[in-house]
Amino acid sequence: MKKKLKNIWLWLDDRGGFSDLIKPLKTHLVPPGSTWNYVWGSATLFCLIIQVITGIALGFLYQPSADVAYQSLQYIENQAFMGSFIRGMHNWGASGMVFLMGMHMIRVYINAAYKYPREMSWITGVVLMAITIVMAFTGQLLRWDNNGVWSAVVAAEQMGRIPLIGDSLAYFLLGGDTINGETLNRFFAMHVFLFPALLFLMVIYHLYLVFKNGISEPPKVGRLVDPKTYKKWYEDMLLKKGVPFFPDAIWRDAVFSALVLVVIVCLAWFVGAPALSDAPDLTNVNANPKPDWYFTWIFALFALMPMQIESYVMFLGPLIGVILIFSIPFLSKGGERSPLRRPWAIAGVIFIVLTISSLWYVGVQEPWSPRFDAKPLSEYTTVPNASPEVKKGIELFNTVGCIYCHSIGDDGGIRGPNLSDVQNRLTREQMVIRIVNGAENMPAYGGSLSKEELDAIVSFLETQYKTPNKGN
Amino acid sequence: MMACNCEDQQTEEDFKKAVDRRGFLTKITIAIGGFIGTVLAFPLITSMLDPVTRKKSVNWREIGDVNEFKENEIKMVSFENASPYEWSGKIAYSAAYIRREENNKFTAFSVNCAHLGCPVRWEADAELFMCPCHGGVYYKDGSRAAGPPPRGLYTYPIRIVNNQVEIETEALPITNISS
Repeated sequence: MKKKLKNIWLWLDDRGGFSDLIKPLKTHLVPPGSTWNYVWGSATLFCLIIQVITGIALGFLYQPSADVAYQSLQYIENQAFMGSFIRGMHNWGASGMVFLMGMHMIRVYINAAYKYPREMSWITGVVLMAITIVMAFTGQLLRWDNNGVWSAVVAAEQMGRIPLIGDSLAYFLLGGDTINGETLNRFFAMHVFLFPALLFLMVIYHLYLVFKNGISEPPKVGRLVDPKTYKKWYEDMLLKKGVPFFPDAIWRDAVFSALVLVVIVCLAWFVGAPALSDAPDLTNVNANPKPDWYFTWIFALFALMPMQIESYVMFLGPLIGVILIFSIPFLSKGGERSPLRRPWAIAGVIFIVLTISSLWYVGVQEPWSPRFDAKPLSEYTTVPNASPEVKKGIELFNTVGCIYCHSIGDDGGIRGPNLSDVQNRLTREQMVIRIVNGAENMPAYGGSLSKEELDAIVSFLETQYKTPNKGN
Repeated sequence: MMACNCEDQQTEEDFKKAVDRRGFLTKITIAIGGFIGTVLAFPLITSMLDPVTRKKSVNWREIGDVNEFKENEIKMVSFENASPYEWSGKIAYSAAYIRREENNKFTAFSVNCAHLGCPVRWEADAELFMCPCHGGVYYKDGSRAAGPPPRGLYTYPIRIVNNQVEIETEALPITNISS
């Protein structure tokens, strides 16, 4: 029996060539010491595999049609067996892919693995990053809740800033000159067919390059890359000290990928995908479209940029960024690879990570957004024993929108300054002038408030919190 | 002897011929490949462009009786876009803010913020339009009051026919770099 099975296997292997298929893996030599720092790329690829599988699973349940997509998502989330978990996996798999890709890129940059002869690996990697970002954005739209449709509008508006062809590109993206029945199909076709096809082609080419040029050896201080001698040196080094990729190196990829899987499963199970907002409806203006976490920093950038340069930054920023990233392997071709000898590279990475992190932090806070749901001030908690005029001022503070942007104590928005002790900073006249004339980021109320109303608000601002025992 | 010489000469000639032939075959294969690629790209491009280029009618939509709009007030209305698809569902509708002033003067503001298109909310007591995304604010006449928008709110064409207020369906307003 055992012999028979063995014969079957031998026949299959002889005619099917299975051993030959993995032979390149077993004979492919990698430099010794390519250890835990080399797992980021394979973990990104592993996330892509998760995305393909959970994506196909979602494809069996999702209806890509403008009128019912939202219902089918409700079904996936609330009724389908494990549906919510599958959606969670797809969501966190995407997050993992974006995050690990970022780590992979930082690792490659810090170790200067993009230098001769691996320039094309860097370039295809940047293309892969661009496609992944497109996938993340189009996927977010397929939720097709109110947030999703308004995000499509925001994307079209960003396209609109491109000179000359902006309008055409925006309407091309939407599939018509408004959001319509074709908009969802278009994003669906892009997310499920077009960009995955491009992604697979690029991944295959990226991997082919890894095999062709070999994995970059861990950098050593003082060992310079010289394009004239590098290839021969690398091959000699591999022959002398190289270890087979399978299994000497791949076991770490397997272990790390398994870890990634555990984390994604836990996040999918315990946190899940973002909750769906209202049904898609462009006549429902009570939407607050906000992108998923990986775009929050760009969202913050749009709020914080000076108005005069914003349109140019929106168009030129990504353009210059892409050109700069593409040109990295051509700006620094050979020479030192060790991060210890490239302090500016490390400084640059730290600078970019800090910039994105701080933008991300304010993006989560959204200090610039009016707080439509701010808790109205109550006259008793704010000013005990208030005069009728002050009471009127408190009421106006709530109704005319002051509270959306200004806090009193802990209640209210944070766009403008906290006004709890404004009476110590501004005189009555200064307050009046500010309210009537507004400022760069404050509307002028001169046209809408009557003299009495204005007096009432200022009286309130002057009185509040004057009592020493303000804790009462 | 003769045959041998002939054979040698022939081989050389054959070789030359074969090389020429190979060059020709390479060219023709590339040309055929290009032709196939062009033919196959055609359906992809046309299907992507169809929704963008299809003919759309310009429509005036009734949005209510003149008396439904009070003077010096702003009211939100919804109307059907031009040429919706049968499967558009609720997405076929857009919204606008209608402002009525004295002397039957009507203005229709787009609900899309001129910054990045988010929906602005009309805060009646504050007499301001406010955007939740990045804090854009507009006055009741649609002009920019505060925040990042580079211009005021967009407007739709509006008219009154037989005491009915009508709004013209228009493309989603897109702010350009020169705005």
